[in-house]
Amino acid sequence: MKYIDEYRNVELARKLVDEIHRVTTRPWALMEVCGGQTHTLVKQGIDEALPAGVRMIHGPGCPVCVTPLEQIDKALAIAARPDVIFTSYGDMLRVPGSTTDLLSLKARGADVRIVYSPLDAVRIAVANPDRQVVFFAIGFETTAPANAMAVWQAARLGLDNFSVLVSHVLVPPAMRAILESPTNQVQAFLAAGHVCAVMGWTEYEPIAARYHVPIVVTGFEPLDLLEGILMAIRQLEEGRAVVENQYARAVKREGNRQAQETVFRVFDVGDRKWRGIGMIASSGYHLRPEFARFDAETRFDVGTITTAEHPACIAGEILQGTKTPLDCTAYGVLCSPRKPLGAPMVSSEGVCSAYHAAGRGLAAPTAVPLYELTRREP
Amino acid sequence: MCLGIPGKVVEIRDDGPLRMARVDFGGVRKEACLAYVPEVVLGDYVIVHVGFAISQLDEEEAMKTLEMLRAIDAEGVAMELGSMGDDSTAGPPAAPPPQLPGAV
Repeated sequence: MKYIDEYRNVELARKLVDEIHRVTTRPWALMEVCGGQTHTLVKQGIDEALPAGVRMIHGPGCPVCVTPLEQIDKALAIAARPDVIFTSYGDMLRVPGSTTDLLSLKARGADVRIVYSPLDAVRIAVANPDRQVVFFAIGFETTAPANAMAVWQAARLGLDNFSVLVSHVLVPPAMRAILESPTNQVQAFLAAGHVCAVMGWTEYEPIAARYHVPIVVTGFEPLDLLEGILMAIRQLEEGRAVVENQYARAVKREGNRQAQETVFRVFDVGDRKWRGIGMIASSGYHLRPEFARFDAETRFDVGTITTAEHPACIAGEILQGTKTPLDCTAYGVLCSPRKPLGAPMVSSEGVCSAYHAAGRGLAAPTAVPLYELTRREP
Repeated sequence: MCLGIPGKVVEIRDDGPLRMARVDFGGVRKEACLAYVPEVVLGDYVIVHVGFAISQLDEEEAMKTLEMLRAIDAEGVAMELGSMGDDSTAGPPAAPPPQLPGAV
């Protein structure tokens, strides 16, 4: 496929690995923000092919993983109502709430439907005027334009049986929170390419300057990641700290203005709680007052929600990059993609699921990387 | 979730106020909304995320990136050759390679 195959070229990947080894003179710790990037890194063994001492810390960029437990429990309470058709991206269905998950609820008779696009949820609402249709609007900046358009369309169509349970989070406040943590080890970031396709990278420039941290907007294919890592290490080695764009074929400095306009017509920035991390100021979107009638949290009284995480799950520390799945006693034993204890084992972008899919720390490897990138040290 | 897949726009139609497309992803065709990429025409490549095209792919930038990647080896070789001190080697003058601390 065009724009994919050429970025998976094994020979060029080897050249990039060699170049990374050539320019690296000391240990560095880089964070890839997005869970999609984590999966490519781990699946292809890219993190293991880097020079000794160069470490990839996996970031919190898995929207499913950071959706707070309260919101999952609210979703479960709303989805259990007989008058509701609950619609969601497929990733959310197996995420464990305090007592159950959406898929189990569906098996017990709740009308829970997976949608490919939020516009599908609007269509379901149009086709079922006697039912309440609720869409679980989660995601980072990448997903916000689609979710905003669903609300915009529902308003345009005058739908009174459509609402959204919003749990939108934003990348730059999370990066700041990581950099300000006393335990921070991150020295450079690979910023999430598709978040930047929507938002551009101007909001990262003050972060790079204030914290003196290189930020490289990076794509998702193996060559993108290797080049992003190379660009970040070059900056670190040269003592520079600016925003650079590796993913130039898809990202412009100003981002996608049309998408931003619709997002800001529908959403306001406000505080958000992140699962495993806690409250981060101004780190998410909420519906603007003129769209408050589409807010599922006010439309449905779900009573008091008391949450309970599984005691063995260390997802919070993994999401903050202070631990890896290999530090978890439940990983691969009590917790697996078939029987997940925490969201990072469920989501296709979760760190635990990436490690498990690659067979890391498991007795029997489950996958073989596409590349043999590991370089023989002289 | 932020997974975005590049695909080719093979059909465009209007669905009420929304411009919609069929996008071909290596043989699999899916519907995508073009509201956020109004300049896109048939045959263009877009990145699609949850049913919305969020970016048009820039062929020129894509070529530049690949050319840069292909050039890395040439640069690396020039540096290595430069470090061997052979002045008869054709090619641009190369800076000395950085020394690894503690390297022997």
